[in-house]
Amino acid sequence: MTTDIKDAAPVLEADAAARLDSSADPILKLQGVGKRFPGVIALRNVSFDIMRGEGHVLLGENGAGKSTLINLLGGLFSPDEGSIWFNGAPYRPASPLEAFSKGIRVVHQELNLLSNLTVAENLLFEHLPSRRGLVNYREMNRRAAELLAEVGLDISPSTVVSRLGVAQMQLIEIAKALAHESKLLVLDEPTATLTSKEVDRLFEILHRLKERKVTTLYISHRLQEIYEVGDRVTVLRDGQHVTTRPLQGLGIPDIVRLMVGRTVADQGVFREDVQPTGEALAVEDLRLTATSPPISFSVQNGEIVGIAGLVGSGRTEAVRAIFGADPKAAGTIRVNGKPVSITSPKEAVAAGICLMTEDRKQQGLLLEMSCAENITITDLKRLSRKGLLNRALENAASERLVAGLRVKTPSIFQKVGTFSGGNQQKVVIAKWLYRGSSVLICDEPTRGIDVGAKVEIYELMGQLAAEGKGILVVSSDLPELMSICHRILVFSNGRLAGEVPRAEFDQNRILSLAYEEYGRARGN
Amino acid sequence: MPEGTESAGERKTATVWDNFLRISMREAGVAIALVIIVLFFSATAPYFATPENFLKIFVQIAINTVLAAGMTFVILTGGIDLSVGSVLALCTVVGATIMVREDLSPWMSIPLALLACMATGAACGAINGWVCEKWKLPSFIVTLGMLNVASGLARVVSDNSTITGLPQPFVDFGNQIYFGVLPSIFLIAIIVILIGWFILRFTVFGRFVFAIGTNEEAVRLSGHNPRIFKIAVFTISGLTAGIAAMVFLLRLNVGSPIAGIGYELNAIAAVIIGGTSLSGGKGSIIGTLVGACILQVLATGLQLLGAEDNVKPIVIGTVIVLAVVLDTYRNRYLRKLEAR
Repeated sequence: MTTDIKDAAPVLEADAAARLDSSADPILKLQGVGKRFPGVIALRNVSFDIMRGEGHVLLGENGAGKSTLINLLGGLFSPDEGSIWFNGAPYRPASPLEAFSKGIRVVHQELNLLSNLTVAENLLFEHLPSRRGLVNYREMNRRAAELLAEVGLDISPSTVVSRLGVAQMQLIEIAKALAHESKLLVLDEPTATLTSKEVDRLFEILHRLKERKVTTLYISHRLQEIYEVGDRVTVLRDGQHVTTRPLQGLGIPDIVRLMVGRTVADQGVFREDVQPTGEALAVEDLRLTATSPPISFSVQNGEIVGIAGLVGSGRTEAVRAIFGADPKAAGTIRVNGKPVSITSPKEAVAAGICLMTEDRKQQGLLLEMSCAENITITDLKRLSRKGLLNRALENAASERLVAGLRVKTPSIFQKVGTFSGGNQQKVVIAKWLYRGSSVLICDEPTRGIDVGAKVEIYELMGQLAAEGKGILVVSSDLPELMSICHRILVFSNGRLAGEVPRAEFDQNRILSLAYEEYGRARGN
Repeated sequence: MPEGTESAGERKTATVWDNFLRISMREAGVAIALVIIVLFFSATAPYFATPENFLKIFVQIAINTVLAAGMTFVILTGGIDLSVGSVLALCTVVGATIMVREDLSPWMSIPLALLACMATGAACGAINGWVCEKWKLPSFIVTLGMLNVASGLARVVSDNSTITGLPQPFVDFGNQIYFGVLPSIFLIAIIVILIGWFILRFTVFGRFVFAIGTNEEAVRLSGHNPRIFKIAVFTISGLTAGIAAMVFLLRLNVGSPIAGIGYELNAIAAVIIGGTSLSGGKGSIIGTLVGACILQVLATGLQLLGAEDNVKPIVIGTVIVLAVVLDTYRNRYLRKLEAR
């Protein structure tokens, strides 16, 4: 699907002079690092260096391989190919503990604090000051107080962590890194949940760490702020290394262009012949919480509307609220022009809406049950009289759908847990077709599915649209949305930042919209 | 998964054979264990293989089988019901109190007592389920509470004493034996098991019980309300505790607030030995019947072998754990069959 990435990167090539000279001392060296997961290549031949004491920024779109890279450094996975050198020695940690004892501390986006223990216990958990197995609480609290002072947190070391705010927890994670003299601090989206005042505090601490020659690898969606912490930037795209260069002189538009670059291979799955008619689904002033911005949009019969945006931009949250899977604060929803009240999935399904969740295995399927049982669970009434199941009807209905969607299985009695991702997704589609839903909401319908099955799913969606269903697709795969959708809605930081019609599809434009609200949030 | 190279005929026979293996492993896995245990004791223990002994075993498993039938529903949805023993005690005193009233003829009081037992049990169960779902509490805690509440209520209703003097026709029915080896109370247990099997196998409700135990969130997101079904399974468990109370009265002819102590654990053991998974979604009620048989056959067999009373629980406890260990191997084998 991808063409040569180097060609696609339109930013200046001749910046060799600007690179740090070779005499600089790399603390981390990646050489040809690759990592594969079933069905996906997460990282491919990635090589770059991080210099001692620098602030290094790692950027890339959803699914570009940032998380995989961080997890390799953090000791959660090991690479399939290539080598990593840390501090002049080969680095291949077998566990997070080993990564950490070698001097690499990863502060994950989801914080990993023990929320029922105190701040001091969390800070010094790996090496509690103790004598003969008994914890020396006085020493522990004294050392914790020092660390807290260092990150400028004015709280008692004996506070229970669950009572702190997210920002304070974030700072505690960083203080934890200081406790163990980490040489490389990896921060994954540290500012995602912070207010701008707290962000300033964080940057202050990062500057102080820099004076102490601590190297930082910084990941953020907020492009504005990377200039405050970064000396150099590395961009990943589709699991490949695009560039590593000084941040100085590089504008935000240049960075966005470096991140996109990926060409859309037109799979020819878009149905030009289908003309959307009449409103299938309308959402007006949907608010997830009382203070969140209102979201309004509509989907027509026969139309495929995409929802793009970064992970965490509110895409999944919005569709789950529409479906009644999570509560919403306000908003009107109309299906085929009729207002419907939806407070539970049951009501949504009755109104003709269905949701194919992003997590098929945990939320979509009954893995230990048969293909037929999974398909008919959406409407058992149709198969039963006075509460008694008619298995002949059930089997016939399942056979029909399995054949129609070309689900590859020896029999409809096979457990869906044994199916491949693509076939599982087809079963999810089948169960909603069986229900006869008129509005299909698909959250990441092709995640973890191989290319061939993806195209089949796209064709299926086109066909369903042609039959008059309204389809809403949430996806992190921009080229995917661009090849199948009539329109794309772009979410940014919880807000519907814009809408792009098919004639104006452009990766740069969509991605700029997706990043829009993150730049603004800093207010500078 | 078979590729196109295989002919349809071959695939057919493979599927039939696989299905046979799968069904026999799934349904009869524990039954084989039961047969082996019975054969072992028949060969080693004196008097074990006699009609009188089997009759005794049938009498002894009736109460536990009825309790375990309801417990199977709860465990299949991923819950647990610790209250059935003391709910049974409460129901025995309620039933006995009605039956000993002299102003009612036995033909009035017996059906009335049966209804009262079933209603009391079902009410306790419904409260268990409702509290669990209303406040999203683990059933372990809620039913532990009900265990104590029902036990206290039983003392209040009975004024802390045993109730005797049940009507003669009732006592006579309890002693009835059909065809020489089938006691009336065992037949009741079998009927309860058959009804349970029918519900689980052939009804929409049964399908939801398995589906909720497999993945409750997926059921909710498929447009259903799992709470109603979860309240229903606790109600069923309470209902069977009420029926088990009538069986208790038929067998022992006495209503007692201290009846049923520890019965919940025997019922859970029967369900688990019968191959139902504690995390829900997998299992069968026929397995539960077999599990109840295994427990009792072991107890009786060991006694006939002359084992000391102190040794029996050690052996039975070991067997419970062993049954679950074997079950994990059985599941692994089944999964291998499925993956073919």
